[in-house]
Amino acid sequence: MKNIKFLLLGIFFAIVLSKVQAISWYRFYEMFRFESFHMFGIIGGAVVVSAIIMQMFKSEKIKDINGNKITPKQKQKGFIRTLVGGTFFGLGWGVSGACAAPVFVILGFKWLPALIILLGALIGTLIYGLVSKKLPN
Amino acid sequence: MDFILEPWAWYVGGPLIALTLFLYFYFGQNFGASTNFETLCTMAGAGKVSDYFKKDWKERDFALLFVVGLIIGGFISSNFLISNQTIDLNPKTIQELSDLGFANVANQYFPDEIFSKEAVFSLKGFLILILSGISIGFGTRYAGGCTSGHAITGLSSFQLPSLLAVIGFFIGGIIAVWFIIPNLF
Repeated sequence: MKNIKFLLLGIFFAIVLSKVQAISWYRFYEMFRFESFHMFGIIGGAVVVSAIIMQMFKSEKIKDINGNKITPKQKQKGFIRTLVGGTFFGLGWGVSGACAAPVFVILGFKWLPALIILLGALIGTLIYGLVSKKLPN
Repeated sequence: MDFILEPWAWYVGGPLIALTLFLYFYFGQNFGASTNFETLCTMAGAGKVSDYFKKDWKERDFALLFVVGLIIGGFISSNFLISNQTIDLNPKTIQELSDLGFANVANQYFPDEIFSKEAVFSLKGFLILILSGISIGFGTRYAGGCTSGHAITGLSSFQLPSLLAVIGFFIGGIIAVWFIIPNLF
């Protein structure tokens, strides 16, 4: 099982998010009301350290486990896609306090509400898949 | 041992999240969480109704294992690694939520008003959860990423679409907590 390392990495990531309270509904509520530095410090810190790592990937100082150059996938461009899609995501995140990775972590805390949010997310993904060709970019 | 059970400071979180991103890329894959929603739809047979889901989910077995790890990690944390779920929330935030009728604010990670069994089994509570989920799932696929894929991976690699998406996340989140939550409770 060469992919078992991803299972272990998932466990590690879940513990980090849980211990810094980055799965708590209250922490996200507080963030979107700009009443605490906590979440901004976590996300900002993650972005700054990751930016340094990305530079090392780019300059090929670090290659992946197979010796290949590491290049993050380019995100799809488009003003409407990113802004409108982002706003929908933020609405759900702000109300439920869950985003894509934490929803799985919350399953380990409060399985029933997390399962309903996850079911909703799958329905939302299905809706996107059905209408994706008709949506503006 | 105390360090394990106590809450971790914000400045510990950022670097450890970056370490996760580093290992994910070092292991040869692109860091993100929300593509798993698509993979789960594909596994559930969504390819029958839309070509969008006609993919080979076995190529994403690594990501599914990561997701299983997230669930196991959440279970381990909730049962063994957090002695006390009290959150050091801003007193102003606690007051606002109390004024909205929230009880025991910040005494646990998740408010009973949304996450308790009573809330889940009420029509209003169920709709709050399922509609939030639909908005999250639709939004993240339309925007092309979530907090991990856009806010962390995309911003740190200086991608303009990710900056726009994060602005969108905040527009949505601000509407949610300043206008929707006060009208729901």
